Amino acid sequence: MAVAVGRPSNEELRNLSLSGHVGFDSLPDQLVNKSTSQGFCFNILCVGETGIGKSTLMDTLFNTKFESDPATHNEPGVRLKARSYELQESNVRLKLTIVDTVGFGDQINKDDSYKPIVEYIDAQFEAYLQEELKIKRSLFNYHDTRIHACLYFIAPTGHSLKSLDLVTMKKLDSKVNIIPIIAKADTIAKNELHKFKSKIMSELVSNGVQIYQFPTDEETVAEINATMSVHLPFAVVGSTEEVKIGNKMAKARQYPWGVVQVENENHCDFVKLREMLIRVNMEDLREQTHTRHYELYRRCKLEEMGFKDTDPDSKPFSLQETYEAKRNEFLGELQKKEEEMRQMFVMRVKEKEAELKEAEKELHEKFDLLKRTHQEEKKKVEDKKKELEEEVNSFQKKKAAAQLLQSQAQQSGAQQTKKDKDKKKNSRRSELEILKIQVCKENREGTHYVLVLVI
Amino acid sequence: MDPLRRSPSPCSPQASSPESPPCEMLGYVGIEAVLDQLKIKAMKMGFEFNIMVVGQSGLGKSTMVNTLFKSKMWKSTPPGLGGPTPQTLQLHSVTHVIEENGVKLKLTVTDTPGFGDQINNDKCWDPILGYINEKYEQYLQEELLITRQRHIPDSRVHCCVYFVPPTGHCLRPLDIEFLQRLCRTVNVVPVIARADSLTIEEREAFRRRIQHNLKTHSIEVYPQKCFDEDVNDRILNSRIRDRIPFAVVGADREHMVNGRCVLGRKTKWGIIEVENMAHCEFPLLRDLLIRSHLQDLKDITHNVHYENYRVIRLNQSHVLPRGPGWVNLAPAPPCQPSSPGLTKVCRWAQDNSDEDS
Repeated sequence: MAVAVGRPSNEELRNLSLSGHVGFDSLPDQLVNKSTSQGFCFNILCVGETGIGKSTLMDTLFNTKFESDPATHNEPGVRLKARSYELQESNVRLKLTIVDTVGFGDQINKDDSYKPIVEYIDAQFEAYLQEELKIKRSLFNYHDTRIHACLYFIAPTGHSLKSLDLVTMKKLDSKVNIIPIIAKADTIAKNELHKFKSKIMSELVSNGVQIYQFPTDEETVAEINATMSVHLPFAVVGSTEEVKIGNKMAKARQYPWGVVQVENENHCDFVKLREMLIRVNMEDLREQTHTRHYELYRRCKLEEMGFKDTDPDSKPFSLQETYEAKRNEFLGELQKKEEEMRQMFVMRVKEKEAELKEAEKELHEKFDLLKRTHQEEKKKVEDKKKELEEEVNSFQKKKAAAQLLQSQAQQSGAQQTKKDKDKKKNSRRSELEILKIQVCKENREGTHYVLVLVI
Repeated sequence: MDPLRRSPSPCSPQASSPESPPCEMLGYVGIEAVLDQLKIKAMKMGFEFNIMVVGQSGLGKSTMVNTLFKSKMWKSTPPGLGGPTPQTLQLHSVTHVIEENGVKLKLTVTDTPGFGDQINNDKCWDPILGYINEKYEQYLQEELLITRQRHIPDSRVHCCVYFVPPTGHCLRPLDIEFLQRLCRTVNVVPVIARADSLTIEEREAFRRRIQHNLKTHSIEVYPQKCFDEDVNDRILNSRIRDRIPFAVVGADREHMVNGRCVLGRKTKWGIIEVENMAHCEFPLLRDLLIRSHLQDLKDITHNVHYENYRVIRLNQSHVLPRGPGWVNLAPAPPCQPSSPGLTKVCRWAQDNSDEDS
């Protein structure tokens, strides 16, 4: 069945005039109504040294007390702490996440200070990308944690940016919308402030740091954005305490020499910051994060993985081919690794076997040696035994001879000879005793048998 | 559509985020200004809406489109004079930019001449389904590019108006087949065409029979019950669901009635005023499509129908184990209608099924 579709070309869009009220001018309202029912997400990252006033400024901006404990200066490294809060104003629900850099600028070696921040921002982009690439995904339900605005707190030295600031901002400018602000601005005098601001801006420009540009392409906001941009970076003072000024209470900081009012435009730029950040450009910040920073991250990540839209001949790449190729490559690598591991395993086994064989041989040798020594000793003992037997035999012979003599001498009836014989016997006996002891001693060192001489 | 511009679809109010404690604000901060910012941005970018009209020849589709948008979208073809009846179903699109009170709307109307006109109308819905899926495919391809456009042009069909001929009996097999297949892929709004040939009682009876038919064949037309967000929505939508299908009459000529200039059809026995609720239900259709539910139509198309299509497409070509990672998209088959046996992935059905009586 043939299907012919008349495709409208983009250049031929005709503007049609309506002859009556159709009613689609309610479209923006329809859109807005839907958005309010879901609520908005806004995530702010505060980068600045410990004690520079990040938490206080957040409290002042949103007119509330966010629970947090002040950080110590002993942190071993920079870590990011994220807290989420739900704010509601009339019918708008805002899910606000404030991410704090704890320990920034406290270390002695600050080379790696920016790394945890960049990793955190990338991790949020990665999470969103993963969700977007899932097959069964739920993007409309997704709690967007990507950082929409980064407030960079510059210490009020009055001179220029610190090198840590420059390095960190340079690393962050392509990943997030940076809004630099001068913190604790009540420590700088007015004339110094102007010089400080222009010094900072010129340094940023000369180092190529791209801070967030307030949009000037829509007539409604162009004017206010343009006027405000002149005052960048905003010199802010934060305070949650209220001081009586005139006949009302206002947020201010009380000094012996005067009161710094937070919401007085002559005293500091807090009002300007609030205008720009919340009342005028919140939506634009979110849009920039999504359409510029996130798309950049996504493109880099996918290109890193080896995917392209078109090959050098600008024919659209089949993603399947790329994927197949990558997969084969990966499997090949796996196989190679497996082979290597197997070979190593075989080699190790062989080595171990050789070692064990060596040990076995040694043991055998030892055993042989021991056996030999034992046999030698046995032979020695046997020789001794023979000697002793010979001595016993000779003794027996001597005894027999002596008895003969005795019987001969008995006729002479000389007790003397008997005594002599007894003496001889006794001495002989004692000799035998000694021999016995000796033989026993020797036999104790030998093994099996005990020669017992009994007379 | 980027997620910031697009308003969220109907879904459970609990987002998938961790517990965040509510905070009391002690003074005015100005957060609600974000609504104005949103509005300004939306108006600057302009809106898009794509509507498709389906029905047999002579049911007044072109006239209805002209009446809805109060302009000559295209010349309504008089019967018999438009040339020989097309042998095949041809889809014909025309795009206009209309503006009202600063709101720019890029409107695309797709007509389907030849639908149901043949002797053998078997599979006459295939070209239509193919066209709709082709638009989804285009959007999907754009979305999968590495270097994406800032604003992906949305040419997906947001709403399909189906014209039921005023037989007075019940839905015909062709209607039932078509509606069954299409309501899974796109938002379908059925209307009784040329309702001036039915009396009020006949209209009501016809409507009830059609509703009964739809229920029997489990055809979920817009507004779908399972996407009602909360009680207010449900009440509003039930009222609409009660009157679906609207009995409409289209007219693009103006006549004088009681000193007023009204759009209507002049007949020997009277003038049928199009915008008079007593005469026909055109205002209801117009309000539904344009004044109150236009954004909702777009949202459901994007969040439900397009996602369903995407899931099917990605599952088809995904040979390897699934998981978050780059997608393996096989080349799209030429004319791929969604398989009819597939039930619609209705994410919130389990939330609302117990409320469905």
